[in-house]
Amino acid sequence: MADVTAPAKVAAAAPDRKAHPLRDTLFKRLGYGVITLFCVSILVFAATQLLPGNAASAALQNTATPARLHALEVQMGLNRSAVAQYWSWLTGLFRGDLGKSIVSGTSVSSLVGGRIVNTLVLVVLAGVIGTLIGVALGVWAAAKRDSVLDHVLSVTALAVTALPEFVVAMALVILFAAVIWHFFPAVSVFPPGVAPWTDPKLLILPVATLVIVIVPYTFRMMRAAMIDALESDYVEMARLKGLSPRRVLLFHALPNSIAPTIQVIGLNFLYLAGGVVVVEYVFNYPGLGQGLVNAVADRDIPVIQFILLALAAFYVLVNIATDMISLAASPRRRLPRS
Amino acid sequence: MASTAALEVLQSAGRRRARRREWLAVLNRAVRTPRGAIGLSIVGVVVLIAAIGPAFAPYPADAFVTRPFANPSLAFPLGGDVLGRDVLSRTLDGGWQLLLMAAVATLLGVAAGAAFGVTAAYFGGRWDGIIMRTVDIVLAFPQLVFALLLVSILGPKIWLIVLAVAISHAPQVARVTRAAALDICERDYVRAAQIIGMPARQVMRREVLPNLTSVLMVELGLRLTYSILVIAGLSFLGFGLQPPAPSWGYMINENRIGLVANPWGVLAPVLLIAALTIGMNTLTDAIARASLGVGRGADDALLPGITAAGAMT
Amino acid sequence: MTGTGNRTGAPASNGDGAGARTGNGEVQVRLAVEGLQVLRAPSRGRQAVDVVDEISFRVQPGEVLGLVGESGSGKTTMALALLGHVRRGLVIGDGKIIVDGQDILRLSPGELQHLRGRRIAYVPQDPSSALNPTLKVGTQLREVLDFYSSDQKVRDDRMAEMLTEVGLAAVPGILDSYPHQLSGGQQQRVGLAMAFACRPELIVLDEPTTGLDVTTQRRVLETIRDLCRSYQVAAVYISHDLAVVAEIADHVAVMYAGRVGEVGPAREVFTSPAHPYTRGLLRAIPSLTDAHVLVGLAGQPPRPGNRPPGCFFQPRCEFAIPDCEKGQPPLVEVSESGHGARCLRAVEVAGLGRAAGLREVRPASQDAAAPLLDVRNLSATYGPKTVLRDVNFAVPSRQCVAVVGMSGSGKTTLARCLVGLHPTWGGDVFFAGKPLARGIRRRSDDQLRRMQYVSQNPYQSLNPRRTVGQIVEQPLAHFERLPAGERYERVVAALTAAALRESFVDYYPDQLSGGERQRVAIARALILEPDLLVCDEITSALDVSVQASVVELLRGLQAERGLSMIFITHNLPLVRSVADQVVVLNEGVICEAGPVAEVLHSPKDPYTTQLLADVPKLETPVGEA
Repeated sequence: MADVTAPAKVAAAAPDRKAHPLRDTLFKRLGYGVITLFCVSILVFAATQLLPGNAASAALQNTATPARLHALEVQMGLNRSAVAQYWSWLTGLFRGDLGKSIVSGTSVSSLVGGRIVNTLVLVVLAGVIGTLIGVALGVWAAAKRDSVLDHVLSVTALAVTALPEFVVAMALVILFAAVIWHFFPAVSVFPPGVAPWTDPKLLILPVATLVIVIVPYTFRMMRAAMIDALESDYVEMARLKGLSPRRVLLFHALPNSIAPTIQVIGLNFLYLAGGVVVVEYVFNYPGLGQGLVNAVADRDIPVIQFILLALAAFYVLVNIATDMISLAASPRRRLPRS
Repeated sequence: MASTAALEVLQSAGRRRARRREWLAVLNRAVRTPRGAIGLSIVGVVVLIAAIGPAFAPYPADAFVTRPFANPSLAFPLGGDVLGRDVLSRTLDGGWQLLLMAAVATLLGVAAGAAFGVTAAYFGGRWDGIIMRTVDIVLAFPQLVFALLLVSILGPKIWLIVLAVAISHAPQVARVTRAAALDICERDYVRAAQIIGMPARQVMRREVLPNLTSVLMVELGLRLTYSILVIAGLSFLGFGLQPPAPSWGYMINENRIGLVANPWGVLAPVLLIAALTIGMNTLTDAIARASLGVGRGADDALLPGITAAGAMT
Repeated sequence: MTGTGNRTGAPASNGDGAGARTGNGEVQVRLAVEGLQVLRAPSRGRQAVDVVDEISFRVQPGEVLGLVGESGSGKTTMALALLGHVRRGLVIGDGKIIVDGQDILRLSPGELQHLRGRRIAYVPQDPSSALNPTLKVGTQLREVLDFYSSDQKVRDDRMAEMLTEVGLAAVPGILDSYPHQLSGGQQQRVGLAMAFACRPELIVLDEPTTGLDVTTQRRVLETIRDLCRSYQVAAVYISHDLAVVAEIADHVAVMYAGRVGEVGPAREVFTSPAHPYTRGLLRAIPSLTDAHVLVGLAGQPPRPGNRPPGCFFQPRCEFAIPDCEKGQPPLVEVSESGHGARCLRAVEVAGLGRAAGLREVRPASQDAAAPLLDVRNLSATYGPKTVLRDVNFAVPSRQCVAVVGMSGSGKTTLARCLVGLHPTWGGDVFFAGKPLARGIRRRSDDQLRRMQYVSQNPYQSLNPRRTVGQIVEQPLAHFERLPAGERYERVVAALTAAALRESFVDYYPDQLSGGERQRVAIARALILEPDLLVCDEITSALDVSVQASVVELLRGLQAERGLSMIFITHNLPLVRSVADQVVVLNEGVICEAGPVAEVLHSPKDPYTTQLLADVPKLETPVGEA
């Protein structure tokens, strides 16, 4: 007679309200995120302090005399210690005062506000479209592994993934805007305050560039994850249990590919945050990336500081979201053995 | 009656004797595959153009010899650029600095990253925590932006760009190396060395590092590709080599306006950069496959994770 | 509702070729495999190479056929092939697999899929990787039940019934748990439930108790036996562990290098093996009841594609005659009950019996002097958990002390503490009278040299980037400054002591087999001529025949050099043949210690008694609990 094994070592089936690994991890990650941002802000500030000359001399330019320089410095608070300046900058951020641009004199927030929206539109559109295409192609190629389609896709992905964004951008411009065909405008300028979606034609080439840059990577990761799942012991077992191939693919293989996919999606967004700089520059698109390039060229310190911090915040948030979603999708990490 | 000795001779007949260094063996194997051969040839051609190009340039790179955006002709096979200089000469002249900077930045970055990664993995505990937290912070910036930041402060100096790119490679390499080294440090042969009292640095150098050869080779390839991308990108944005010095990245930018008139000012450097990076990536992929060795069925599945992940950040 | 309840008379003959009849003339063969061949598919530059070939056997309903083989014999390939499945790169060649009259190899993929789970089921080797980590256990069980009936009530009833039968009914919330939340034994029972759910006609069990501790293993084996009986299902039980097979199988087929070498009723095969390989295996297996010198088999099985003409076993066979090289020997019947072997001298070999010529182990001389290693009140922690508590034992000079325990008993931690890898321990340890420091840094060179360590995994204990010579030389180079010539001589001497030829000096580890690698590790440990060797499960990853040679080697070294050993293992019968004293660890505490014969013969502690009762024994008659 089969006997009962040792007293149940199984975690209670009803979710134990006391232990919430998801919530605990969220708090921990948020905590780390805040610390990281803090460190980044210090780094950013410290870096800008190293600049020869300062905001006052940049503002006065040729009209600077030692006396006027000193007066302006006092007025701008530049004669205080570095730590004091840092502190007032940081607290200013929390109050919503992002500082004033040295170049134009207007507040950083008015300069940057519209640009943030524009860049977000690009990033979200490209991220969503690129991920969908990449995931679909990856799953398809994995299911038809070693077929001609798979080989063609894989080799193309290998080649395209190596190209720099500006090369892709230029190639698209040459093909579709300037030299061969003239379907789309070569630049996507529009005045600040105008929403980017009012003239979709302006969005197509920049978004297409970004999509082309992230699809191959997504494709390869997705394909690898699916192949790993399809080659696994549990998928073999599912087949040996007599389950239909459809059920095996959708219910056994796919759920185990979610975790890597989330990673990929997260990485895509992170990548876009950087890649968008060059793309905006090429197409003259009025976004955060272009803003950064201009600010760097002009040594407009407050703007640089803010944009960098915003970027870092974006990175941290995306990382946290990725980690949390991936944790939620993986029961093994979510529910440890009691 | 079979004797043990005879048996051993029989069974040892198939064994080779001492073999060459691993990295050579891996390269060798990689280059014999179609991908490896193609990758290597493409890279070889571009490197050749960049390296000996300056010797063949018909005109000095900054001489104004023709009309701006002149059409290609016998005297000027690729036409004129935005200021009327010879596109062909500027193209031949504009690559070696890019390659050199990328190579140095990559070597520095990989060396630093590997050192940190192995140390973090070997010592674990507090050191691991400190190193990896620092890695996280530095990784909170896209590489390009980080370089931009430094350039904005100190100006577009060559050594600065190289340093910035190297620093931005180090964290990613540290992560990858650490993951691989963690696995190795758990192995019993590392313990065997520790047990006889070998000091930590020696153990890391003699037991752990040699087993990371393949991982490091792949990382070198990936990082090199990315260095080229970043440095060319910086050049493109105007933060690299300053004009009038020729550089492929900047040429693409400055000749953009005359794209319709004479596309070659843009096309030539675009094609060269594209060829270089594609070839490099293909070669690295071949190396990654070769380093997995024979007998591992699912190499396809493993590789994109290594190759692509590296190329991204 | 049991399955087809027909019974047969005498067991059918298990030879090859179709249509053998026996006794009552009523032949009810559930599974008949005839001439099965599985090939490695040809790819560029390589031809097709057979992995298994000419496999033929039969199984009756209600019977268990044990398929036995060491690594490389092709048994897992066989297991999967019985379900019509092969792994990537393999393809089924000739042969038939006839289940209840139907050749499943002729079915279309759709029909084959239909058969699986319902009429033919599979129990996987490693349930922790065979169960989908993202699906609840209940979901995975219900998937199989969907084939059982379209009526929800019937399915639910069957689910409850199944859980009771495999002993999981009392575990609360099991259906809502994820696989990683269950213990190894529970996971395996889920695997059993999935297999028996639809009352299949044939079950293939692929080493289902590997990785389970002895007690859990016994329970799972009993469950399997009961289920097979009550369902009248034909079972093929694949294993490398002959003792386990002896406990559960009615008939046995022994595989070597992809062929069936011997076949017959289990008891007969194990008492009078007719094939030299089977005989060799049996003589290599340690026994709990008598301490005999383990006799290993030299060499390794040939890989697919490297197989010699003639009998595959002939190069390693002590009975080989020139005729053996001329072709594959035919199946020679050795008795009326269907016992046969593919050997020209089968009848002669069977006549010898298994035990002929096995020598008794001579106990090592008792040294009355102070013990070499004296462990007093050793405790160790791993973070917050106490892993060892108040461990007291001594290793006399020139003797081998076995430390026996199941996983979680703390035996590996004990080894690591003694060797200095785990510096957070408390208590006192004296080595040759002097106290031993906690970590490696503070130990004297002398102590470091005289105590050496060999670890479990032969595939990870040698640096793949170095040659054997460099590996063995390493400790020597670290402690002494000798000229190259003298170093080389010492290396060769160490290799010879480990029964390796000088030519091994230039090989790299990946060119060696598991047994050879372990010998290199031993040579490395011997080069400094230590007094104490700490062996941490050094044979657990090796095949039985290889294990025997390694143990043989160690005993020899012990006698020659007066080496003391601490031999850590979970394999109780092995202790008989290797150690003089034994210490039994249970969850960090020593529950029994003493001379081997005494402890194993008349244990005093209930834990030890239970362990000894649970160990599968070769001598147990089949079918008796």
